[in-house]
Amino acid sequence: MDALLALWDGAFGSSFAFWSATLVRATPPLLGGLAVALAFRAGVLNIGAEGQLIAGAIAATMLAQGLGTLPRIVLVPSMALGGMFAGALWAGIAATLRRRFGVLEVISTLMLNFIALALLSWVVRGPLQEPTGIYPQSAPIPVTARWPFLLEGQRLHLGFAFGLMLAAASWYWLARTASGFRVRVVGAGARAAESAGGVDVARTTFVVFLISGACAGLAGASEVGGVTWALYEGISPGYGYTAIAVALLARLDPRWVVASAIFFGALEAGAAAMQRDAGVPAVIVQVFVALVILGVLAGTYLRDRMREHRDSTRPEAA
Amino acid sequence: MEAILVPFLEAAVRTATPLAFAALGELVAERAGVINLGLEGAIIAGCLGALVASGLGGPLIGFGGGMAAGIAITAVFALFVVNLRTDQIIAGTAVSMLGLGLTGTLYRGLYGASGAGLAISTIAPVAIPGLSAIPLLGPALFRQTVPTYVLYALVPLLWWWLRGTHAGLALRATGENQEAAEAAGAAPRRIRWGALLVAGAMGGLCGATLVLAQVGTFSEGMSAGRGFIAIAIVVLGRWSALGTALAALVFGAAFALQYLFQALGWSLPYQLFIALPYVLTLALLALLRGRATAPAGLGRA
Repeated sequence: MDALLALWDGAFGSSFAFWSATLVRATPPLLGGLAVALAFRAGVLNIGAEGQLIAGAIAATMLAQGLGTLPRIVLVPSMALGGMFAGALWAGIAATLRRRFGVLEVISTLMLNFIALALLSWVVRGPLQEPTGIYPQSAPIPVTARWPFLLEGQRLHLGFAFGLMLAAASWYWLARTASGFRVRVVGAGARAAESAGGVDVARTTFVVFLISGACAGLAGASEVGGVTWALYEGISPGYGYTAIAVALLARLDPRWVVASAIFFGALEAGAAAMQRDAGVPAVIVQVFVALVILGVLAGTYLRDRMREHRDSTRPEAA
Repeated sequence: MEAILVPFLEAAVRTATPLAFAALGELVAERAGVINLGLEGAIIAGCLGALVASGLGGPLIGFGGGMAAGIAITAVFALFVVNLRTDQIIAGTAVSMLGLGLTGTLYRGLYGASGAGLAISTIAPVAIPGLSAIPLLGPALFRQTVPTYVLYALVPLLWWWLRGTHAGLALRATGENQEAAEAAGAAPRRIRWGALLVAGAMGGLCGATLVLAQVGTFSEGMSAGRGFIAIAIVVLGRWSALGTALAALVFGAAFALQYLFQALGWSLPYQLFIALPYVLTLALLALLRGRATAPAGLGRA
């Protein structure tokens, strides 16, 4: 009970908890959740948001260190774009392997997650290590590379605003444009889209894969620019995996990804407080993420069964 | 040269052993038409199960505990994909996360917040008299721990079972076409449940071997993607027992390369060796495209 109270307090207990903990923690799941939702909608099972996020974080750190003398108005957008580019590039490896060699993206994106972790472990001990060479982390990024806060006295930063804008844009794209419609058609059934709809399936999935990677890469850049201000190994406590649960709970609808991400942000913020106040390990969040995914799957099954039942008991029209 | 090669080959076979267990279990599941992405969860459950059980009653109980833990978590996966017919990929990912999260939470709960300290002595290698004296290959193949010898027996046994028995035929038929298998008198649901329980036991055995024969302790996430690598191994082994065992050996060698380079005195960043098996997985999957023959019904609910 104490643990639950601590969880609630840590997430919603005060305005600071909400704006500076919950929403800050919701930012990577929001951007990552959009990455997963877009990919899944196109039938691309990108479970490599974790690796793409790390690639984005590394690129943003490099840009912040390398262009540190530039004004903020140039630096922050370069970090965002650089992170997106790196995420798209990392996803692009898996996208190319799928398109050219037919490699299952579930396996390749997972493998790329582990490779990204090894790469991160190396850069924070090698090229990007802080000057004293003692700690496995980068030097803090220049002050001008820090992303602006959105509210006075709160830690909520620009990354969350990016997330909201991307959610709106993704929803509009999928629901209201011709190319977004093609994505949905491909996701619903690639073979039919190809033969009956004349959609270039290989190209569509490839492009969506890259966009998905870019969203995840932006999540990494936003963590470095808005929260940690440095690069280190634990920069993502599994945000890329939380993103899968976020997207599934939202039924792959970008609008619901926002709500779902805030829910998980609250959970992460609450879990951190819970660990601090009640000694319950934060790794329990991973258990919860898994249970949410399984719950969504079971819920979908039950809904389908009920629909079947209703259809079969409905009297036949004469 | 022999002074360098022998430890390398020994390490290759040693690291290949748990990978081969997991991959053979995955092979059984895939031949029944199920991609078991929950394998990573079974392995990590096997790691913790083995550690806890061996503390209660020694190594043999430890292996039993590891397998039981692997079976338990894979049963959750089986319930979802066989009975509820949900998406295998998503259910598998969730079960792997469940395993990683549960073991991390339980380990901290059982052994303290730092989670450090608890170490057990690993089981000792047993040299087979005569065979282990063969130059070069002798020590690599016949100076290993008991699980490796169990593996040697298991590979031909599984190969024969899949090809030569009625049950093996029914399993493969289920993997190719469930409806046809059912029409021919097989019970696809029961077969898939059975195949997944075997896969869970083998995943647990993989974890148990890691802990009891190699590492001697538990750490969060120590399965380190072996479940996903095992899935790639099955693809590389072209869905045959013998091929899968050989492919596991290739990955064992990739993991063991770090010892070889250390012995040769090369100074490369160690992260390169950590990344190597994953890079190798990608490269081999790309190179072997189109040549593999997956069960036709793989992944279908």
